[in-house]
Amino acid sequence: MPDSTIPAVEARGVTKRFGPTTALDDAGIAIAEGETHALVGRNGAGKSTLVSILTGLQRPDEGKILFAGRPAPAFADRDGWRRNVACVYQKSTIIPTLTVAENLYLNRQAGRGPINWRSMRARARDLLDQYGVDVDAGRLAGDLNVEQRQLLEIARALSFGARFIILDEPTAQLDGPAIERLFERMRDLRARGVTMMFISHHLEEVYQICQSVTVFRDARHILTRPVADLPHDELVAAMTGEAAARYQARSRAVRPDAAVVLSAEKLTLGERYHDVDLTVHAGEIVGLAGSGSSGKVGLAETLVGLYAADSGTVTVNGGRPKPGDVTAALRAGLGFVPQDRHKEGFVPLLSIAENATLPIAHKLGRFGAVSPALRRAKAERMIESLTIKTTGPSQPVGDLSGGNAQKVVMARALADDPKALVVINPTAGVDVRAKQALLGAVEDAADRGAGAVLVSDELDDLRICDRVLVMFHGRVVKEVPRGWTDADLVAVMEGVSDD
Amino acid sequence: MTETTVAPPGSPGKSPARAGVPRLARFRDLALVPAIVVLIVVGALIDPAFLSGDNLTNVLQQQTELSLLVLAEAMILIAGKFDLSLESTVGLAPALGVGLVIPAAANGLGTEWPTALGIPLCLLIGALVGAFNGLLILRFKLSAFIVTLGMLIVLRGLQIGFTGGQNLFALPESFLYLGNARWIGLPASVWICIAAYIVGIVVLGYFRHGRAIYAIGGNVDAARAAGVRTDRVVWAVFIIGGLLAALAGLLMTGRLGSVAAAQGDGMIFTVFAAAVIGGVSLDGGKGTLFGALCGVLVLGLINNILTLAGVSAQWIQAIYGGIILIALMLARVTSGKAQD
Repeated sequence: MPDSTIPAVEARGVTKRFGPTTALDDAGIAIAEGETHALVGRNGAGKSTLVSILTGLQRPDEGKILFAGRPAPAFADRDGWRRNVACVYQKSTIIPTLTVAENLYLNRQAGRGPINWRSMRARARDLLDQYGVDVDAGRLAGDLNVEQRQLLEIARALSFGARFIILDEPTAQLDGPAIERLFERMRDLRARGVTMMFISHHLEEVYQICQSVTVFRDARHILTRPVADLPHDELVAAMTGEAAARYQARSRAVRPDAAVVLSAEKLTLGERYHDVDLTVHAGEIVGLAGSGSSGKVGLAETLVGLYAADSGTVTVNGGRPKPGDVTAALRAGLGFVPQDRHKEGFVPLLSIAENATLPIAHKLGRFGAVSPALRRAKAERMIESLTIKTTGPSQPVGDLSGGNAQKVVMARALADDPKALVVINPTAGVDVRAKQALLGAVEDAADRGAGAVLVSDELDDLRICDRVLVMFHGRVVKEVPRGWTDADLVAVMEGVSDD
Repeated sequence: MTETTVAPPGSPGKSPARAGVPRLARFRDLALVPAIVVLIVVGALIDPAFLSGDNLTNVLQQQTELSLLVLAEAMILIAGKFDLSLESTVGLAPALGVGLVIPAAANGLGTEWPTALGIPLCLLIGALVGAFNGLLILRFKLSAFIVTLGMLIVLRGLQIGFTGGQNLFALPESFLYLGNARWIGLPASVWICIAAYIVGIVVLGYFRHGRAIYAIGGNVDAARAAGVRTDRVVWAVFIIGGLLAALAGLLMTGRLGSVAAAQGDGMIFTVFAAAVIGGVSLDGGKGTLFGALCGVLVLGLINNILTLAGVSAQWIQAIYGGIILIALMLARVTSGKAQD
């Protein structure tokens, strides 16, 4: 029986500098055997640096790491680290072109001799069974969905024999039911005595799954407490350094005679959604909620012209842009914040000014020329209004933190003062403060008379909506006015509501 | 035990275990076999001489140099890199190897080192070229495409420079042996190729270091996280690539009896075409050496059939190139995925 007073994992007085910036300043964490411990903090608080130090990928400048009271292995001893700590990183370390079995046993497929594929697959099946992962070991890993890949990563991480696992934002890419299944699995691992460190931007999840929480802010350790003793607003205050409540949605009255700026009629697209009607008035924010398979994202992407519907019509600002043509939709007066900012949101090497003014470049000069002065002035106004933290309009967006990059995407959507706005998961992977700025920007747009559709996996975001349409298996099953509770909405999203 | 509901619809449950390489790769591997059968039938219909032992041996021998280059390029592509300079190594390595051992009167460099060093020198030069490519790409973090394009020009220029643009004829006997000899009824070069492919297929299919090449091409960060010494493996692949190119040059020299100033010139397009037709991805991580070998055979048979069909020499290049493009389109359609 391990001595319960000695933490399973401890970092003491760790300092790490990268050139002029201090990523960790005399910070520490102590995680008791068998607990699920949350590490929270805003973007840039030092969480990622602590993860790479705890997993032995980076050497601290000062301080030390202890596993069950014993000093950590030597820096070069990768296997030694692996036996002590496992990590599921934010970025996938699954190789899509190899099979599940080979991913599990990468670089340890066999000892010295040739690989015996049959026995490796058998070992892989045993490992997958052990962790209850129902995936065929012979499949290509690239054919798995996000959730399955994550389970694969967890199984692989634990297969090295570690009893401590770090989960770095595992829920960021999962939808509601998948998150529930992940939590079920985490509880199961905990019951088997596995110690976990859980990183997430979603504070509700911390309360749901963790026993204690450590807050980092500005590279320092702020507090460590059992979650039961730490109310939500105190936790937010610890993260932001000020008493900041949850985002307060503004009240606004939609005039009954307000013009319809965005509407869909009898919209159907293959397996994704059927017969959807949607009307958005000027000055109104309409939420779309539902699980990952509900078709909400597909619907929103049809509104902006990323897909052409099989049948039905989309009307933007009174006109009917050509279906499946994003440019036409934008011309008709639509602004768009895409689901995946890295893929569709910005060009990382281009500056903030260029990214944010991409859709309005034709208005910044004559005969196809773009005036740098006009562009700069426009970008500076955007940086100010969205409080983008940057060295200036010429900084490449790729250098910005997640929250600030998302603000640039929002700025781009708002650049042309759109009449209709479609926003998909605007707060994915951004911290509390950025979340407020982003939601505030959507509300500002509504106050200026734009109509907005907000698609989000986060119930908190949907509180700014005047009404929320809940989708289930491709159909709008319910319209919920303001003033709903989480339980109401989730019941409908999961299809367990009886009305 | 937790229950899981992650299996997507239509996914097979537990498939029976099978020995050998992963199923999908194996399926993709055999995709070109029907095409090869069709080509053999077409060849037999066009000219009965096609099926004669002499002709088929001829087809094989003519493809040996190409197949060694494709072997090299396929490994480099699977590792997620590029090497365009292989075709220049085919000329430079034997030319320099020979130049160092023959007298100045025969366009040599005048060093007149012992003749026995000729072949080892040739192979060493190939390996050094690969090592230098690796140095620029891995240490200096340069783009493999542009580095090897530069090397392609430099190496060809070096060869023309020190030979004065002349072909080298006065070759030592030892240099000609491998390209001419016959072992048990087949040209020695064919045996060498078969051996090289068997070694390659076994290493890439059944050994940790071979699988590391796939891992690197698939996701280099993940490979590094799994403890693969990625730079070292890629460097080794470049060196082996250069070595194989030099060997190809040696075989070509023996077959033709001289080192032409333009030896290997223009081969790289065919090399890439054969690799891609054979299912090797330009993005890395995908493809097999057996598939690449099938790609070589397809191109070799097409070439032979065109010659037997009496297509005029002036047109053969355009038709050959056109057929390669059609083959690429067919490969794209049958694989059902965008080519990368």
